[in-house]
Parts: sequence; structure tokens; C-alpha cells
Amino acid sequence: MAELIDWFIAPFEYAFMQRALASLVIVSVVGSIVGTFVVHKGLAASGSGLAHATLGGVAIAFVNGASVALGALLAALAVALGIGYVRGNSRISYDTAIAIFYVSAFSFGVLVISRRSSYTPDLISFVFGDILGVSQADLVGELLLAVVVVGFVLAFYREMVMVAYDPAMAAAAGVRARFFEYALLVLIALAVVVALQAIGIVLVSAMLIIPPATASLLARRIPQIIGISFVLSVGASIAGLYASFHADLAASPAVVIAAMVPFAATLAATARRGARLAPGVAD
Amino acid sequence: MTAIRRLEHGDDPPGPAGRQVPAHQRAAAPLDGAGHAPARSPLAPVNAGRPLALEVNGLWAGYPGNPPAIEDVSFAVAEGEMVGLVGPNGAGKSTLLRSILGMVRPLVGEIRVFGRPVSETRRDVAYTPQVEEIDWDFPVSVIDVVLMGRWTETRPFRRWSRRDRELAMDALQRVHLADLAGRQVGELSGGQRRRLLIARSIARGARLLLLDEPLAGLDAGVEHDVLEILDELTREGCSIVLATHDLSCVASSCDGACCLNRRVQGYGPPANVLTEEVLSRTFDRHLITVRDGVVAIDGAGTNRGLGHDRGAR
Repeated sequence: MAELIDWFIAPFEYAFMQRALASLVIVSVVGSIVGTFVVHKGLAASGSGLAHATLGGVAIAFVNGASVALGALLAALAVALGIGYVRGNSRISYDTAIAIFYVSAFSFGVLVISRRSSYTPDLISFVFGDILGVSQADLVGELLLAVVVVGFVLAFYREMVMVAYDPAMAAAAGVRARFFEYALLVLIALAVVVALQAIGIVLVSAMLIIPPATASLLARRIPQIIGISFVLSVGASIAGLYASFHADLAASPAVVIAAMVPFAATLAATARRGARLAPGVAD
Repeated sequence: MTAIRRLEHGDDPPGPAGRQVPAHQRAAAPLDGAGHAPARSPLAPVNAGRPLALEVNGLWAGYPGNPPAIEDVSFAVAEGEMVGLVGPNGAGKSTLLRSILGMVRPLVGEIRVFGRPVSETRRDVAYTPQVEEIDWDFPVSVIDVVLMGRWTETRPFRRWSRRDRELAMDALQRVHLADLAGRQVGELSGGQRRRLLIARSIARGARLLLLDEPLAGLDAGVEHDVLEILDELTREGCSIVLATHDLSCVASSCDGACCLNRRVQGYGPPANVLTEEVLSRTFDRHLITVRDGVVAIDGAGTNRGLGHDRGAR
């Protein structure tokens, strides 16, 4: 019995594990809130795209010895605004705009890095995530961005929902639909940066998508979806950290897989009720 | 009710006799001469003498980089009137509705809503998009959607007030959806979805309702329910402009018909406007004829194939 308790408690006696968990809780808050909009606006590709785009900023910052997180933030914001601009002002479709911007920014990042002779672990940790290497300073940065994201959504919840649900009517009523569409892209960019250090460029969008998608199978109102998503996300984080600690697995993919399990189970259990996730025109 | 209103039209045929031109209508409307089917002044509503809800005067509008979608459009809608906006895909119906909403700025011409420019009348106008434009899987409930109609301004941390909720419930009662208030919107049937969107416009307290294809894809019984609600609203003084492909509904239920194909091809009481001549001009082909208020379609099935008119973004 004592052994079992020890199995649960031992990992979190280490400061780096505590920081990892704290970081993942922040990621869960932001990911659940922003992710709920991402999933229901069909913006999953933009989460993934913005994450990849950060490599451009990460590389420049890294080569110049600047803050890598800041580089990622600026790159994500620039690409988010670029995507929004192209969508609003040209005939290029949304997913095409995302793809063009992110492969460009990603390629640029690879180019910058390729001029350096050695691939360093720091950079690798951004690509694949380094939950166990999250520092106190990283945590503070994540927390600040999280406050901005949560504050904005709380402040403009009605407008965000109206524009997400029916942009034409919202604009007709006088809501600044364009502004809130840009705002959502910026929020996605911020959420990506919050999760970047912990989860890594390649996997970051998983935290924006899998828990809210699972929650959407279980609930039919936005506040409930956000709540369930948060619980699932924290659960996956804890499970992933245990797997990492006890089985010596890479932490971020372990968290993603741990998030995937309840999704698969829920999907199987609810499949008969119809494909809720299909973006769709009903009858 | 519809039948009674049609009789009223019969009692008071449109024509120059007794027409009162409202003061703010100015000189743009010369009185037409007598005749079998008098040429209507473009700025006179079907029910002459009533105050105007909407005046569209010489409107040219479109989207940047494209030729104007509508050219020199003029018509007027009086308070309490329901006017059907008829035209093929790409005729400019959506552009016209968006212009009235102030979402598309006129290139030339003027729109006045209750005598005021559109920039001042946002709260008086409510817009119902086509059901196809809405994501019905979105996780909001029926009452959530109606509450959106109560939105007036962006204020941080604002939540819906108790009064907003009361008015939203009243609006749901009006369309007989009150018992479904807590349902997720995707659970509603096609007819219930139209009624929900109408309830949102009612909750807004708007006096001019713009409806884009509120009847598309409804069976006759459900269509009747929706029309009954609209009819009730017009009796209370609401004015309605509805874009539709359903000519027989316009013929039987609307006070006026406005046939649009870039330009207004005909405007006036449906019986006068939905003629073979006007409709073939409007739809660029000889498909449709109207006799005794009944629309007959030559070339079976083609009319239904007109489908949905999604305006350019």
C-alpha cells in the first residue's frame, strides 16, 4: 500500500515535475478555452499551422541570442494577422492561406538554422517539447499570456460566441465581426505559444484540439465543453507525466496519447448518436 | 388572414387615385398616368399613404474589384408590409439586403430606414441569414441564439440581463418554441430553425425584418406556419423584406413583389408584377406564368433547381 502511494507521490517530489504539472495546468486552461472555439470553427489547421510557423521566430531569436519564447510569440502573431488579412482581402481560402504562411515561416526557420553547423538541444526541445525542462521564468511567461487569453474571452464572451456562430448576423447587428475573427486567430497564436515549451511545435495543436473535441462529444454548451475539456486535459497531463516518470517515456507525446485515449473511448461510445464533429449542414 | 389581406388589396387597387406621397419622399415620384397597369413610381410603397419603413433610391452597390451587383435599384416598403424579393441566383438579392443593413456601402444612391440613414438604424433592423449559412452543430442552445438578438453594444464583461432573458423567452413564445429553449440548436427541425431565427429578430425589437430565404426547403405545412408568424408580425406594424425563390408564396402572402435581376424588373402588388413578361425578364427565360395569383411553371422542375443564392462575400 505504501508502495502504491509512493508510486503516485514520488514523481511530484521533484521541483521539475511540479513545474511540469503547473505548466500543463496552464496549458489546459488556455487550450480548453481557445480550443473549444478552434474545434467548433473548424480552425484545427490554423492551430497546427501557427505552431509550425513559430519555428521562423524561434530560429531568428535563437541565432541572435534573444528570447526564444518571444521569437515564437512574434512569429505566431505575425502569421495569425497575415492569415486573417489574406482571408479578408483575397480570394485565397482560409486553409490555403494558413498552409502558405506556415510552410513559408517554417522553411525560413529551417534556413536560418541550417546556417548554423550544429543542431542544439535547445532548439530540438522546441520542436518536440521539453516539459521537464520548464523553468520558473517560462512558467511566469506562460501565466502572463494565459491571463491575457482568459481575460479577453471572459470580457468578450458574448461577441466571441456570436461571431463564431453567425458572423453575418453578428455583423448586421453591429458587432465588429472582423475584429473578433482576427482576435480569435491571435488567441490561437497565444495559446500555441503558451503550450510550445511544454508540448513542442509538432504536437502543440493536440492540446488545442483533442480535449475540446472529446468534450464536444459529451456536452452541448460552450461552458460545459470548456469545463470538461479542462478536466480531460489535466487528467491527460497527469497520466502522461506518470508514464514519463515511471516508464521513462518522452513526456509530451505521452500526454498527447493520454488525451487521445478518452477521445477514442468517447467516440466509440457515442458513435451511434451521429457524427457530432462533422461540420455540417443539417437536413 | 392572408385571404382577408388579399381582399383589402382588391378594394384598394394601386393607382394614382388617392395616393399620398409622404413628405420625405420628395419630388422623385411623379404621379403616373391612368392606365390598365400603371407604371408605378419607384418610391411609392404598395400601400400608398402609410409611413415608410424602407426607401431605396437609385442604389448602385457591389463589392470592391467587381462590377456593381445591383444597378439603379429603387423601391419602398411601407410599415406593416411584407415584400417578397424575387430573382435568380446572382441577381443581387443578398447585396441589396446587405446594403440595407449597412454592411455594403452604396456606390451611388441612398437608403433610408424609417426616414433615417442606415448608419443610425442598426437597432431597428434585424437580419436573418439563410439557414445554410449557420453551423447548426455549434454548441449553443435555442435560448442562447435568441439572446444574441438582444445584443446592442460591445462592453467588456457584459452579460445578458434578466430583461434580455425575459424578452428572449417572449420571442420564443411568439414562435411556439418556448418549450425547446434549452435544446441544442442542432436538435431542431428545419421549420423550427427558421422560427428560431425569426425569434431572434423579434427579440431584437426590430421594426424592419430582412429575411434571406426563410422558406427554402420547407414543406407546405411548415411553410404555412412560418408565414403565419410573419403575417402576425406585419399586422403588428413590422415590415418584412424576404428574399425568396418561392413565387407562389409571394403571390399569395406578400403585399408587394420586387423582381430583381441587377435592376428592378418590376415592383408592385404581386398580381401586377408576377406576370409572364416581368418574370421572364427577371429570370432571363420563359419559364413562369401567373394566372389568378397562381404561379405555373413551364419547364417542370427547372424552377426548383434555382437553389440557394449565396451572395459574394
